Amino acid sequence: MRLDQLKKGHKAKITAVNGEAGLRRRLLDLGLTPNTVVMVRKAAPFGDPLIVSLRGFELSLRKMEAARVDVSELEGDFPSPSNPTVKKREVPHGN
Amino acid sequence: MAIDIAILGNPTSGVSTLFNQMTGGNMVRGRFSARNSAIKEGPVKAHKNVNAVELKGSYSLSAYTPDDLLNREILISEKPDVLINVIDATGFERSLYLTLQLMELEIPMVIALNMMDEVRNNDMDFDLLALEEELSIPVIPISASKNQGIHDLIHYALDVAKHKRVPKKIDFCSGHVHTAIHSIAHLIQEDAEKAELPLRFCCSKIVEGDEPTVRQLNLGDPEKEIISHIVTDMEQHLGTDCEAAMADMRYDFIQELSKKVVRRKSETTIEHDRSIRIDSILTHRIFAIPIFIGLMLLVFWLTFDSVGQWMCQELAQLIDQVTIVTDHALSNADISPALHSLIINGIFAGVGSVLSFIPRIAVLFFLLSLLEDSGYMPRVAFVMDKLLRKLGLSGRSIVPMLIGFGCSVPAIMATRSLPSKRDRYLTIALIPFMSCSAKLPIYAIFTTAFFTDNRVWVMSGIYLTGIVVSVVCALIFKHTIYKGDPVPFVLILPNYRIPTMKSVGVRVWENARGFIRKAFTIVFLATIVVWFLQNFDAGLNMVSNPNDSILAAIGKFASPVFAPLGFGDWRASTALITGMTAKEAVVSTLAVLTGAGEGVALSTMLSHIFTPLTAFVFMVFCLLYMPCVATMATIKKEMNGWRYAFGVMIFQTGIAWIVAFIFYRVGGLFV
Repeated sequence: MRLDQLKKGHKAKITAVNGEAGLRRRLLDLGLTPNTVVMVRKAAPFGDPLIVSLRGFELSLRKMEAARVDVSELEGDFPSPSNPTVKKREVPHGN
Repeated sequence: MAIDIAILGNPTSGVSTLFNQMTGGNMVRGRFSARNSAIKEGPVKAHKNVNAVELKGSYSLSAYTPDDLLNREILISEKPDVLINVIDATGFERSLYLTLQLMELEIPMVIALNMMDEVRNNDMDFDLLALEEELSIPVIPISASKNQGIHDLIHYALDVAKHKRVPKKIDFCSGHVHTAIHSIAHLIQEDAEKAELPLRFCCSKIVEGDEPTVRQLNLGDPEKEIISHIVTDMEQHLGTDCEAAMADMRYDFIQELSKKVVRRKSETTIEHDRSIRIDSILTHRIFAIPIFIGLMLLVFWLTFDSVGQWMCQELAQLIDQVTIVTDHALSNADISPALHSLIINGIFAGVGSVLSFIPRIAVLFFLLSLLEDSGYMPRVAFVMDKLLRKLGLSGRSIVPMLIGFGCSVPAIMATRSLPSKRDRYLTIALIPFMSCSAKLPIYAIFTTAFFTDNRVWVMSGIYLTGIVVSVVCALIFKHTIYKGDPVPFVLILPNYRIPTMKSVGVRVWENARGFIRKAFTIVFLATIVVWFLQNFDAGLNMVSNPNDSILAAIGKFASPVFAPLGFGDWRASTALITGMTAKEAVVSTLAVLTGAGEGVALSTMLSHIFTPLTAFVFMVFCLLYMPCVATMATIKKEMNGWRYAFGVMIFQTGIAWIVAFIFYRVGGLFV
């Protein structure tokens, strides 16, 4: 499903970030990378934009832009958005 | 040799606060601020030959907003001696994303771990030694708002600058990305040296597909082909594209690091929870917009009616006293009547009438700074986005526009945070319709003279007219020259914070000082010129009747243009002409021309020139016609050319004439 379809208060894990180059770059820079857990906090007075909570901060984006982010909804008791589930990957040092 | 310390961090990480603590708010012109006036530069207190440079807040060195690009250009080409990267300790992960990019620039660097007071407040804990070791950069815990740790920070920064300690390379990439970066590094090493660009930074940016870097490197076609081959190869192996891969790896690295060095008791912070509770009211589905309108009304009421009004009256009285004393002294000194008249009727009347408005400007900027520093402005952008989008703008445009009520110059500079050229142009074209504080003296004088009983309503009417005109213009633009979709609206909502009085104070002082400087330069000169033109005829003989003066001739020449608007009096048209230098000059000119001085006398004199209807039309014309020279220069600079600035000038004066004409004709039916 897409991030704009996620219901208020529900959590989901990002699976892919699409959209035109500039928008995509921005979303990635701000930490909307695959596997990050996000939650839809609320919508603005006219139903758009949305506030999405991730990595311990609040981000505002329009539905139009949220539609570019693919997510898979999480059910049950999952870690809160400020502590995204991390995929293990070795981080080499030096070189 | 002076040492330049550049300060950079995320927006709201405390960069400005730190800059103000280090410099005491003093600013100078230097090579950094010469490149762009939005960059602040000032001598560091108690250190000789040390300059602090405040760069614009930024989340990344990607070429996304003009600010991001500017920061990067300045860091690479001006090469500061040391870079202080301000990190919001409570938003550690997001802040570090910028840090990882800055480390690639090969500039000596220290990290200021800010908001340590909040860290302690939340029982969070940082393993600073481990963090320093991982990053190979000194990390100094500070609390900029509480002025803690700043002495140490400067000490470390100077030490790093002295020894030119550049951060070590950090390898956050693994596998295929790592290989790709290495291959590219070999390939472009010479080109990077030739272009004087940091190699590691270029490699990362090329993998991310950053166009400006590729252009600057001036790569040959064979190299470009090899690079695209390397990148495609990498993407195939990863099953994702290079842009996502890089961001992903940076954040992975940060997460691992965060696990090692940060210990926290709870997932959120007290400040974050509090922020969400405040937002449940301020961005509430129903209450958000009424609250916003209410706050703006409160700002205007405090500025124009209560506090601001009272302080202005006090100051005007003081200026009156000084004028009377000086007048007596001059009479006793028995100097020539011409000089006496120049000082009292020219300079004192003109400059004095403008100076008496300083309290109002201070109050307005004080309140706007409070709204900005508390973190409320991004919420306004969020709440208003959908409405503004109907006008072809985005919610982000609201912040520059609100600043426009203070002064168009900083407002136009604030549009740099808008990510698209189209949005910037459109916003800049509309900002001058937000009535700036320099026009306040005009309204104040006229409402005192003609609308004593309902001045707040008339004043609100004027401001509202400006807003309505800008809405109509935005709609016209949207369907004609600025077609296209508004750009993405992706905005971080920082935690609400209590503004520090120091930052607010510095902002108020900066603007008040600018206003005072204007009063003693442009307005001062304008009053002397006006006085001269008013007291001499074309043969340079002193005239007894101002009607025979050069100024009257100019004013009479221009007055037919304004006659259809109801104020054909030559003094009114002359005031509008001098108002092009600075809007305050409209009042000072009227003061000089009517020989009234400031305050009540001027109001009385105006009732001989205007009726209530033409007074209102005159105010509307002042509200809308071409911006002052300072604004024009800023527009020219931000838009890279006089063509656009002159376009704005003609467009606005035209609009002003048409709207004023409509008001005069329609109003005439009722009066």
